[in-house]
Amino acid sequence: MESPFKSEAAAFRLLLITIGAFALIVAAAWIDPWLGVAVWLVLTAAAVWVYMRQRGPRPPQEHVEHVGPPDVRRVLVVANETVGGEELMSAIGELALSAKTEFMVVCPALNSRLKTWTSDEDPARAEAQRRLDATLARLSSVGIEARGEVGDVDPLLAIEDAVRLHHPDEIVISTHPEGRSNWLERGVVDAARERPDRDSRGGESRAGVWSRRCRRVIGR
Amino acid sequence: MSAHVEAAHEHHGPPQAHQSSRVDSRVLGMFLFIASEAMLFGSFFAAYFFVRVVNPDAPAEWPPEPYHFPVFVAGVNTAILVTSSFTMHWALQSIKRGQRPAFLAGMVLTFLMGLAFLLTQAIEYLHVGFNTSDGAFASVFFGLTGLHGAHVAVGLTLLGMVTVRGFRGHYSPEHHHGVELPGIYWHFVDIMWIVVYSTVYLV
Repeated sequence: MESPFKSEAAAFRLLLITIGAFALIVAAAWIDPWLGVAVWLVLTAAAVWVYMRQRGPRPPQEHVEHVGPPDVRRVLVVANETVGGEELMSAIGELALSAKTEFMVVCPALNSRLKTWTSDEDPARAEAQRRLDATLARLSSVGIEARGEVGDVDPLLAIEDAVRLHHPDEIVISTHPEGRSNWLERGVVDAARERPDRDSRGGESRAGVWSRRCRRVIGR
Repeated sequence: MSAHVEAAHEHHGPPQAHQSSRVDSRVLGMFLFIASEAMLFGSFFAAYFFVRVVNPDAPAEWPPEPYHFPVFVAGVNTAILVTSSFTMHWALQSIKRGQRPAFLAGMVLTFLMGLAFLLTQAIEYLHVGFNTSDGAFASVFFGLTGLHGAHVAVGLTLLGMVTVRGFRGHYSPEHHHGVELPGIYWHFVDIMWIVVYSTVYLV
């Protein structure tokens, strides 16, 4: 649900709703104080119901608006421990050969829960940055130009950030094989395929395309 | 390569903050600020409801005899403040459409109505006929309305800055964040007044 103070327009809407709600409460309370309490309870319950109803996931977006030059495809590559692996390099190479492609590589700064809670993220980010730099250098050595950045500790949030900022046409998530992959165990790939969201400007996010455009590469 | 190394060595202080794209950091800051403000008002409302409802010595009449709240004057003041939210909304919509004269007119009207609200409240305090030493009801009345008045004063300061910047040519359809944030705050102040007026004066 959109925050009522996310924008001036949302706050103004909340003001109008507040005026209407309190007009009802005051009118009821003038008739009988307990009726005022009852109206307040009903309105509060209605607000909670609306909030709960709007919290659910939205259906995936079917149409993807292409951003950037029409002949250039944008691919987001998400990987961490498998980021420099042969399988991922091979998949990137195939994509680069098939069409003119811009690559954006994101390495989530994986960290333990305790270290995340205590804001001890610097070593994890440094390690992710080291892997990312090595991968970008390797891609560059075979003639593939790519950009990269270290993503959020939460891989799903890292994907969401990258989707909103870089508008990819396709997402490639590289994981370890089943049984070894922490991301598969946590359902990151499935969640990324199913998870629609809204972007920071309030419009439908490109995250909704994941159900069609997200593929997984099994790395080593 | 050496230039890159030199540039890296010139950087001092903590690394650049990592931020999510979900919400603009300035909007998030305003949201957290308003959340803390809502809790502050909540504590004052808790005191008010305790004095009026929970307290075994709560007066049967509100306010207790022989005092009266100036309901009509406060009602007119409420209308002024609510109208100022409409002009604030109009001002922001105008600058988004590039209509600078309408934006400036909206900001001036909003500022003047906020000022009128504050002055009317000050006059109301002078003529209300009781003060904080006249009982708990008076303390919570001045506490709640005074807290809100302080917020109006802060909001007026923000609106004044926006208005002055507007007359100096700042803001455009592309860059109006400096109008949006005070607008959010002003609507919050209005919402809190609706709650204060309804519960303290009317119910």
